[in-house]
Amino acid sequence: MKARVTVTLKNGILDPQGKAIEGALKSLGVEGVLSVRQGKVFDIELAAGDKVRAEASLKAACEKLLANMVVENYRVEIV
Amino acid sequence: MNAAVLLFPGINRERDAARAVLQASGKPAKIVWHGDHELPAGTDLVIVPGGFSYGDYLRCGAIAARANIMDAVRAHAGRGGYVLGICNGFQILCESGLLPGVLMRNKDLKFICKMQHLKTGRNDTVFTKRYAEGQVIKVCIAHGEGNYAADESTISRLEGEGRVAFRYCDAQGRVGGDANPNGSARDIAGIYSEKLNVLGLMPHPENLIDPMVGGIDGRGMFESLALISRAA
Repeated sequence: MKARVTVTLKNGILDPQGKAIEGALKSLGVEGVLSVRQGKVFDIELAAGDKVRAEASLKAACEKLLANMVVENYRVEIV
Repeated sequence: MNAAVLLFPGINRERDAARAVLQASGKPAKIVWHGDHELPAGTDLVIVPGGFSYGDYLRCGAIAARANIMDAVRAHAGRGGYVLGICNGFQILCESGLLPGVLMRNKDLKFICKMQHLKTGRNDTVFTKRYAEGQVIKVCIAHGEGNYAADESTISRLEGEGRVAFRYCDAQGRVGGDANPNGSARDIAGIYSEKLNVLGLMPHPENLIDPMVGGIDGRGMFESLALISRAA
């Protein structure tokens, strides 16, 4: 089973890297960019075949390590 | 005073920390490997030094914070033992839950390496006895992620409980404004835990202990810590 975990900064947390990317896109003349927030994607392979259990382990993975819950949110998708 | 200096892959200031301990206390610090499960018997002070543990992968300090030895450090702090985290060490302490908040990327995205003035907070802790309250000291900073962030209630609590250990200031002691190098909330350079036995700070007092390298304002912290054994 494969999963994708996406970790993003919570709303209201300043994201200087996203701001820099936003500035670069604008200076490249990419049209219509209003704002950019940067995050991380983890593609994870799992041994388990059970979707509920897989989601539970991924939630634990996020809260124990992948996300810093002080400033980040996470989303788990089984793909 | 028995000090243990933790060593994770990618840490590079462990010898600086050990040298500062030796100079102030006359006793060599023990270097402790991250894979160990226990601190040396009789450890009074654990220093988590600066560097780039695990290449700053994932988030600064995130992987080191989950190393075996950190369980022993949490237990040590829980018993009232002293812990000092410097730079990457501060990031590791935040990631390990020993201190609140997080160190974000500097607001201008640059790695900053320069001399920096700090205003000392209270001087009744084990870390700052040899400084005066409000004393301005000149040390150095060297970090890309030193922009302290926490939710508003955490920051108000830190301030209300006298847990801001140092703030960024200029040579005249004026806090904030252009003297804040990294965008840190309320110009915070270092904070204490609730019981004041854990200190994390981004600047490097351990590097300013010899006039040959530009100043000795960092000695005060290690001379304060060296008093631990006499008090005990």
